[in-house]
Amino acid sequence: MEYFLQQLINGVTLGSIYGLIAIGYTMVYGIIGMINFAHGDVFMIGSFVALIVIVALGITASTGIAVLMLALILVLVIAMVFSGVYNWTVERVAYRPLRGSFRLAPLISAIGMSITLEEYTRISQDARPKPLQPLIDGGFTVAKRVSDAGTFVVSLSYIQIAIVVTTVVLMTVFTLLITRTSLGRAQRACEQDRKMASLLGIDVDKTISLTFVMGAAMAAVAGLMFLLYYGVIDFYIGFLAGVKAFTAAVLGGIGSLPGAMLGGLVIGLIEVFWSAYFSVEYKDVAAFSMLAMVLIFLPQGLLGKPEIEKV
Amino acid sequence: MAEHVQAKTVTAHHAGKDMGAILKDCAIAAFIAFAIFAPIIGLKTVSETGGLVLRQRWGAVLIATAIVFAGRLALHLLFWSRAPEAGKKAGVLPRLAGRLEPLIPFIGVAMFTAAVILPWLPSTDRYILDLGTLVLTYMMLGWGLNIVVGLAGLLDLGYVAFYAVGAYSYALISTSLFPHILPHWLLAWSFWLALPLSGALAACWGLILGFPVLRLRGDYLAIVTLAFGEIIRVVLTNWISLTNGPNGIPGIPRPSFFGIPFTRGDNGFAHTFGLEYSSIQRIIFLYYIILILALCTNFFTMRLRRLPIGRAWEALREDEIACRSLGINTTNTKLTAFAMGAMFGGFAGSFFATRQGFISPESFVFMESALVLAIVVLGGLGSNIGVAIASVVMIGGFEMFRNMDFLKQVFGQDFDPSQYRMLIFGMAMVLIMIWRPRGLMTKRDPTIFLKEKKAVSADLVAEGHG
Repeated sequence: MEYFLQQLINGVTLGSIYGLIAIGYTMVYGIIGMINFAHGDVFMIGSFVALIVIVALGITASTGIAVLMLALILVLVIAMVFSGVYNWTVERVAYRPLRGSFRLAPLISAIGMSITLEEYTRISQDARPKPLQPLIDGGFTVAKRVSDAGTFVVSLSYIQIAIVVTTVVLMTVFTLLITRTSLGRAQRACEQDRKMASLLGIDVDKTISLTFVMGAAMAAVAGLMFLLYYGVIDFYIGFLAGVKAFTAAVLGGIGSLPGAMLGGLVIGLIEVFWSAYFSVEYKDVAAFSMLAMVLIFLPQGLLGKPEIEKV
Repeated sequence: MAEHVQAKTVTAHHAGKDMGAILKDCAIAAFIAFAIFAPIIGLKTVSETGGLVLRQRWGAVLIATAIVFAGRLALHLLFWSRAPEAGKKAGVLPRLAGRLEPLIPFIGVAMFTAAVILPWLPSTDRYILDLGTLVLTYMMLGWGLNIVVGLAGLLDLGYVAFYAVGAYSYALISTSLFPHILPHWLLAWSFWLALPLSGALAACWGLILGFPVLRLRGDYLAIVTLAFGEIIRVVLTNWISLTNGPNGIPGIPRPSFFGIPFTRGDNGFAHTFGLEYSSIQRIIFLYYIILILALCTNFFTMRLRRLPIGRAWEALREDEIACRSLGINTTNTKLTAFAMGAMFGGFAGSFFATRQGFISPESFVFMESALVLAIVVLGGLGSNIGVAIASVVMIGGFEMFRNMDFLKQVFGQDFDPSQYRMLIFGMAMVLIMIWRPRGLMTKRDPTIFLKEKKAVSADLVAEGHG
């Protein structure tokens, strides 16, 4: 039971990270109907920017708690801005000229962009994993079991709390942004009918650009979380995280924001429980098989609308 | 009148883009580029004792920014300032390809002749032969994937899975199975016996992986096939009792010349045919094997396109619903496309295994799938000659990075051009899609016609729709 509880905590944390990345996929897919294959790599870039800023500011675990909090928020904002610029550029360079081209073109361009971003980071920052000393130590003890085999402590670390709380806050802000502001309305309009939206005076190109920027900002948050949680990143983290986050987006129902979050949680839990109870080596297989099964048996996802194909 | 109006708009177009506006636009681009490059290139994280430190490289950032500025300026002055009607045909690549198109049949013959006589040319050494073998391997993979993507329009991002299945089937059959069940004299034939088996196994995997994704289309199909490719790789890495895990399988038997091995001994190839022993003989033989395998792939594809099943593939690519309403069994059509493509991938995989003599899961990463897909796309989906040209360009281009030592004189001794080849590859994929999304070969020959054969522009066919 205690073991289960611990895995549950870990799964929710991991799921929050996946959910944040999945938002970028689901929004972009919703609005222009393409998989932004480079999104995982934008997450990776966000993580690297966060790491660089942390090192540049000289933040360590010995920094006082108040300063540390402020500094991390600063890091977060900088990472969000830079990731936004990256994804904006990606959209501008690689996707916008291809709007209206044949269906495969944007996807292939996105794969090329993903390779470009990975290699660019590998060459600039070299291929070695970058370790970071843990910045936020400690946590609560939720439960404890003392047995003959030893003591098993279920702990809820501060960093896990920080990740989940940040995710919840950002999700709330984000949902409000989409449902209450004119930008959100424009996005939803473009999602439903791009041509009609442009006829009604919505700047479709700008809306799409902003969607990419917002998705990237969420990915950058996930990037910082990932960095703080695992303490090590390299240029290749974007690929796996990207595919899993995409799985989360599909599972939740592509185009649906709560769906992306829910999907992220489910994928995170599946991965963690699979590693805990079956085998760590095959955890990626579990996530990938999940993707295949969802697409085959539940293509509209948990919270999505079924797609009707018209002739 | 119409010309007059057009001429007017042209001048207006020119006048509208004065130098000031262009420079401003370039400056904005350079500023964004600077913002992009500053953290990642400018501040390199280096692990040292006591944690990470930053190493500053602002010179590199400035160079990269200057390149963006100059590139944007060049685009403005050379391409975007052109008159609209000329702008349609702008770009060196499209024009070059446009001129090449009438020559397609001759290019095919010329490439075939060059490929056949390559080992006998005086300037050919082992390096050229190895490169030729590599090019032909990718050409074969490209042709195999062309069946799935170009003809049937099913975007497969996990093609490397079948390559891996072929390679591992051959490796396991020839190292673990055949030595136990075959009589000794037959062992020399193991490549020729295992080749069809591995092809068949790969085709089975094509069916197994194809079956669940029958209902998926477009991007979803792409991402699921990618997932399958990764699953196969993860299983190969972790199923240690079968595949020896990340250490790979060593000692895979080399092919024999129909039972005669390429050894120095009395029963070796050289001795049997009264030649002087040389290791190049085996290389030449391998080269011809892959040449024949690749040509078989090409020939089969060409013939299959004329069969009902080939027409069904192309019909499926154009419109799945129309296809179904005309009574074509889309399930069978898709599955045969997957199985055919997988089979040729499997053949190529077993050739890879026998050529290398050692395989490990590292050879079957997603990047290989992306490379083969890029070859098919650059060549022009559905065009076999395009795929052939693209694989020569692509693999040859990759190899050029190794030979650009003169760049070291420019950028200093630390500069390693081969580091940059995947970066250039990724950027090339994007640029090809922007400039020429239909690939080098944009004409498609219809497989069936009423009275006369009319070439169809690639823009009219819906490759990769479903």
